[in-house]
Amino acid sequence: MQQSVLRQFVLHGIDGAAPDKALKLPGSAFAVSAAARSTTMRRLWLDTFDWRLYRSGLTLEQVSSRGTTELVLTGRDGTVIATDHVVRRKAGASAGAGAGGEGGNGRVTRWPGPLEALPLGPLRDHIAPVVGVRALLPAARAVSTVHDWRVLNSDDKTIARITVDRMSVSYPAAGDAPARVAVTALRGYQAQAMRVTDLVAGLPGVSGGGQSGLEVALAAVGRRPGDYSGKIDVRLSPRMPAAVAMATLLNSLFDTIEANVNGTVRDVDTEFLHDLRIAVRRTRTALKLAGDVLPSGMAAKFRSEFKWLGDLTTPTRDLDVYLLGYPDMAAGLIAATPGELKPFHDHLKRSRAAAQRELAKGLRSARFSRLRREWRQALASAATSATRPSAARLAASRIARAHRRVLRDGNAITLTSPPELLHELRKRCKELRYLLEFFGSLYDPGEHWRAVRELKALQDVLGEFQDTQVQHDEIRAFADQMMAQRAAPAATLLAMGEITVGLAARQRQARNEFAGRFRDFASPASQSRIRTLIGAAA
Amino acid sequence: MKIFATYNIKGGVGKTATAVNLSYLAARDGYRVLLWDLDPQGAATFLLRIKPRVKGGGKALIRGTRSVDAAIKATDFDNLDLLPSDFTYRNLDLVLDAAKKPSRRIASLLSPLKAEYDVIFLDCPPGISLLSEAVLHAADTLIVPLIPTTLSVRTLDQLTEFISDFDGSKPSVVAFFSMVDRRKRLHREIVEQLPAERSDVVTAAIPALSLIERMSVQRAPVTASSPRSVAGRSYEELWLEARKRSGLPDPPDDAW
Repeated sequence: MQQSVLRQFVLHGIDGAAPDKALKLPGSAFAVSAAARSTTMRRLWLDTFDWRLYRSGLTLEQVSSRGTTELVLTGRDGTVIATDHVVRRKAGASAGAGAGGEGGNGRVTRWPGPLEALPLGPLRDHIAPVVGVRALLPAARAVSTVHDWRVLNSDDKTIARITVDRMSVSYPAAGDAPARVAVTALRGYQAQAMRVTDLVAGLPGVSGGGQSGLEVALAAVGRRPGDYSGKIDVRLSPRMPAAVAMATLLNSLFDTIEANVNGTVRDVDTEFLHDLRIAVRRTRTALKLAGDVLPSGMAAKFRSEFKWLGDLTTPTRDLDVYLLGYPDMAAGLIAATPGELKPFHDHLKRSRAAAQRELAKGLRSARFSRLRREWRQALASAATSATRPSAARLAASRIARAHRRVLRDGNAITLTSPPELLHELRKRCKELRYLLEFFGSLYDPGEHWRAVRELKALQDVLGEFQDTQVQHDEIRAFADQMMAQRAAPAATLLAMGEITVGLAARQRQARNEFAGRFRDFASPASQSRIRTLIGAAA
Repeated sequence: MKIFATYNIKGGVGKTATAVNLSYLAARDGYRVLLWDLDPQGAATFLLRIKPRVKGGGKALIRGTRSVDAAIKATDFDNLDLLPSDFTYRNLDLVLDAAKKPSRRIASLLSPLKAEYDVIFLDCPPGISLLSEAVLHAADTLIVPLIPTTLSVRTLDQLTEFISDFDGSKPSVVAFFSMVDRRKRLHREIVEQLPAERSDVVTAAIPALSLIERMSVQRAPVTASSPRSVAGRSYEELWLEARKRSGLPDPPDDAW
């Protein structure tokens, strides 16, 4: 049953109505069958917002043709990894949670939706670890008209198929892709089909094209897959004026914020808010630590607005963290049973729904619209500033200062220090980390990675220490709320108590690990790595 | 995976036409089908427009020095592949004789194809030989075409007796009348009488028709080129009966 696509080509300047005219194979022992089979396919490519499938070399496509809808997962070279049938949702079936919940028959074709909206099976199993908590969204939508010719040998036996695919893209924008030709060998006829491939390659107007259907569809509308990442993606140059570098960075961070607003408001998945929030936090750090190179008054004016934006996102994100960690939390109970914790889960969900409404309201508010408008205007004018110092000098001085602060605060911590000092140190570490990321493009990637490595290990232990403390305190607050609302049976409170015990143990463990991690970070070798890094560019 | 074999000791009774048409119908139903043309004359291979040649010949296949997989060719029909005939198949008895457990050799060669095919058809040359014995051991269902004569009924008895002596699993027998000429009284009588008397003879029968003979000119199964003809409908009826009796599960449903 195996068939293999030998090669794909792009047809340029061919009359769209009759691309087969170009497919005469002159002077060969092969003939192309006169009549073509024609099929129309509706194609929908799915990926996460941050292109997790594409980045892992996977393409997930939902193909509808002749009343059948199929999901096809392919690898980097176009080989099919898994397929699955999809049943169209019956009219009137409930949509479940979010836009892509499970329909009456357990399967949906409406996207975006969570991974769980896919039918259970090898396809879903294959992509589950890649997709994680993200939703699947339409990456592109198109209609393909495929004409299929048979290539016959002297016995009139089919040895290969030539398909011409003309694709009309409707999402993310409208456009027509150039016709694509693919030669597929029939099993047992690879050698002859290869000769057909060579003949096709030599035809006028034909050029090689190894792109996937998704890449072609997006290229037709001037896009490319993988064009969003939550990571900082700016190219700075060392001699760039510092104000221009900061404006470039802040513009890029605001791109990330804006890219995630829609998904956050529509509550497509938790990571839109997460990315938005990190970009806000980075913006605030940039304004705090390097805002002085921007035109006077600008940083002060916007710091309060970004604080407002950051605070707006906090309640929903905190509850997301609990809900995402809930299965592990419930599974980790020893004395209590997961069922006893259920009212706590219900409470978290209710609280989150309320927090999400407030968040969406804030992101639709006039205040946020004004921030968007005024911030872009301010950045545009800052980008024209040509004052000193250079980007490299700014980076060196600010990273050096942040580094000194981490060393100073960390050295002051003893076994008896109060938790607040560790929390403060965590903030200093985060500032240093962000600065290293902001200016990362100025440095050698290898040295940059080595400089960040020990900092990251220190941050991990500080993060664990603080997060467990915060969660411990919040669970107690939740218990109070639930008592007040009479929503807490005694068994639930006991189960919640068991969770706080676990959190306290983890916090103690993190506290014990701190000294060792800090010693590594403060070692002479590690210090000299940071100095070498920033010295090289300045 | 179910293995069907078209078999009769006599030649010229319509084995190949049956194998090709039933293979095509199974593929059309959505099963993934492989037809192995074991007859050195290569009629099934010719009908499907494929060259009767296997690299290394029958010896390499039976000995396992070349994989069965590499010899398989796609036909012009979706879901239907062919393992072609080769003129060296005329010596398969000698090769089998030199192999270990010769009567189980065909079954063990086909076993790795389980994942890839739902149905395998073996088109067997006439006669009683080591090869036919190996085919009878490999098959789950024997499709036996019979010319409606008293003698051919005797050969069916010989065959069922031979199978009943097998150790372990035995193939089930689905016999049917082939090349039926309704103008002949004897044909009419036997065709009406025998299915009532014997449970291994089905009522579906294939008439003697020039359209079936013309398959070698068309080089396509009559069930594909003229599905609504009498010939096409007769094979359809036979396939329904054979499929039911074989216990083949329903094909993977493509019509979601």
